[in-house]
Amino acid sequence: MEFLASGVQIFESTLRVSTPLLFAALGGLLSERSGVVNIALEGMMLIGGFGAAAVALSTQSPVAGAFGAIFCGALFAILYGLFVIELKADQIVAGTAFNMLAAGVTPFLMKVFYDSSTSTPSLPLELRFQQGPVWISWVCLGLVWAWLKYTPSGLWVRIAGEHPEALDSAGIRVKRVRWISVILSGCLAGLGGASLSIFLASSFSRNMTAGRGFMALAALIFGKWKPVPTAIACLLFGFFDALQIRLQGVVLWGSEPVPVQFIQVLPYLVTVLVLAGVVGQSKAPRSLGVPFQAN
Amino acid sequence: MRFKEKLPQILKPLISIMVGLSLGLLVTKIAGEDPWNVLEILVRGAFGSRYDFGMTLFYTTPLIFTGLSVAFAFHSGLFNIGAEGQLAMGALSVAAVGILFPNAPGFLAPVLGVLAAVVGGGIWGAIPGWLRARRGSHEVINTIMLNFIAAGLTSWVTLYLLKNPDSQNPETAAVAPSYLIRQFSFFDGAPVSMAFFVALMAAFVVWFILWKTVLGFEIRAVGQSESAARSAGIDAAKMRMLAMAIAGGLAGLVGVGEVMGNADRFRVGFSPGYGFTGIAVALLARNRPFAIVASALLFGALHKGASELDLETENVTRDLSLILQALVILCVSAEGVWDLAGERYKLLIKKKWIRSAPSPELAEEHYSPKV
Repeated sequence: MEFLASGVQIFESTLRVSTPLLFAALGGLLSERSGVVNIALEGMMLIGGFGAAAVALSTQSPVAGAFGAIFCGALFAILYGLFVIELKADQIVAGTAFNMLAAGVTPFLMKVFYDSSTSTPSLPLELRFQQGPVWISWVCLGLVWAWLKYTPSGLWVRIAGEHPEALDSAGIRVKRVRWISVILSGCLAGLGGASLSIFLASSFSRNMTAGRGFMALAALIFGKWKPVPTAIACLLFGFFDALQIRLQGVVLWGSEPVPVQFIQVLPYLVTVLVLAGVVGQSKAPRSLGVPFQAN
Repeated sequence: MRFKEKLPQILKPLISIMVGLSLGLLVTKIAGEDPWNVLEILVRGAFGSRYDFGMTLFYTTPLIFTGLSVAFAFHSGLFNIGAEGQLAMGALSVAAVGILFPNAPGFLAPVLGVLAAVVGGGIWGAIPGWLRARRGSHEVINTIMLNFIAAGLTSWVTLYLLKNPDSQNPETAAVAPSYLIRQFSFFDGAPVSMAFFVALMAAFVVWFILWKTVLGFEIRAVGQSESAARSAGIDAAKMRMLAMAIAGGLAGLVGVGEVMGNADRFRVGFSPGYGFTGIAVALLARNRPFAIVASALLFGALHKGASELDLETENVTRDLSLILQALVILCVSAEGVWDLAGERYKLLIKKKWIRSAPSPELAEEHYSPKV
């Protein structure tokens, strides 16, 4: 009976902790399917998480906070797009720089607004979400899946990442398609950050994403750049995370507690193995990372 | 003529640095600080005294190693974002050797330590090199993933195998005294050690390998055109594996300064992102070994200077250094700006507003490993 109860608990917490991953991975999916590498997911999540907490605090409404996250994520994504789509900066270099920027800007703004560079004031219960983000993330999954699969504009996104020249000769502007995908990517990653700061935790704290943007990237690759498998990968990684939290300090055998480090690295390890073709195969969009230049 | 060709290559990064730093300093205005005052604190914090300058050199040392690491991989056409993991593995290896072989004689111990650093980091670099060469999986994703795996692995080894029994901190026991390399009294206690000179030597060795040996020539050939290198009979896969292993070894050398020259032990999470800043260092130096030393000094000075901001200003913290770094990288990496500038320039010539034609290099210069 106790075993069953802890099973339900783990299932519940799996759903909760995979929410930020799912949002961010969907964002990464849109950007990467359109041909733009998005290592900056981590930074977009940070900015979104901060935006959510700051707006929720100042308007006293979690819903406004969520919109704040979308807005901040989009703003950050527009800057990112400016560099990688228009100025043709190397997408990996720029992504790394945007992660640094977010890691520096969020404590900088916290210091200016709240006179503390470690965390925002804590949010009372009524300023946080209880379950909403979990549902919304799965609705977003459905929307992204249907958009890419059944609409003409969704098809454009996919072609922009595979054969941008073909799209261009069909009279569709590749850059515009990529711009829209990258901005949506920022909105979704921003929501991912928001579900950390105003859903799972009760404030935004310095560097609170702690690599979740990269884990979302890993889920995206593990899910072969497809919406539904990516969501399943997020659940799997979320499960590892939930398990790891529960096993912290638990003695299963012998006298030593379980070394949780091994569970922590599992998502990254399976991603390496999947990419190497040991477990299934994962293939990136053909024109991923190649800037488009119309003739 | 030669100078005229080189001029834009030198000027462009300088302009980019100026623009990036100015933007970053302007940001402090939002926080209600005087940008000139912040600049003064940065410069004074980095170079104000012997101790400050020593700290700047202390931060410069790992950045030279990681910058060289990123650059070396780049010359073979690979992107090494994994220096952060490689340096952790290198540093842990130094600590492990220092703890497991406490009786190594005085003259041999430091050599053993350096070897451990190179091997530890090198293995961690060789893994993505092998995966890319033999399994075709992209090194960018693999190095990112290996950074996290290294973080987990090093903290497990530290907490379960080499734990310091006298401390609650996540750190290993201390290495034997024979492994410690001396610090210079000139810097009033700043932990500048022989590691700084090892870094300078590494820059020379990297330059020598890349431009004076057959191996280096082959590595650069693969980096510039894999198909051309193949048809010339060069084993591209082998060269890339080697390049990544050497890149990993270079990043691993960070452990020499940290474990043998500073902390006497491996501390989990000791690096404030040296591996990532290494990307900026290499980018700014256009992957040239000696320019990397200068570029590392700039970023080292920024890091040290910014650490003074916590105490000396009301509203700006050391996080400003991250913002400054990011802005410098972005300004350097935005190649399109120069294209745009080139087009404008051509337009002006067309309209007969300017007489002479610009050199083609000005418009076509790209961030790529040119010889």
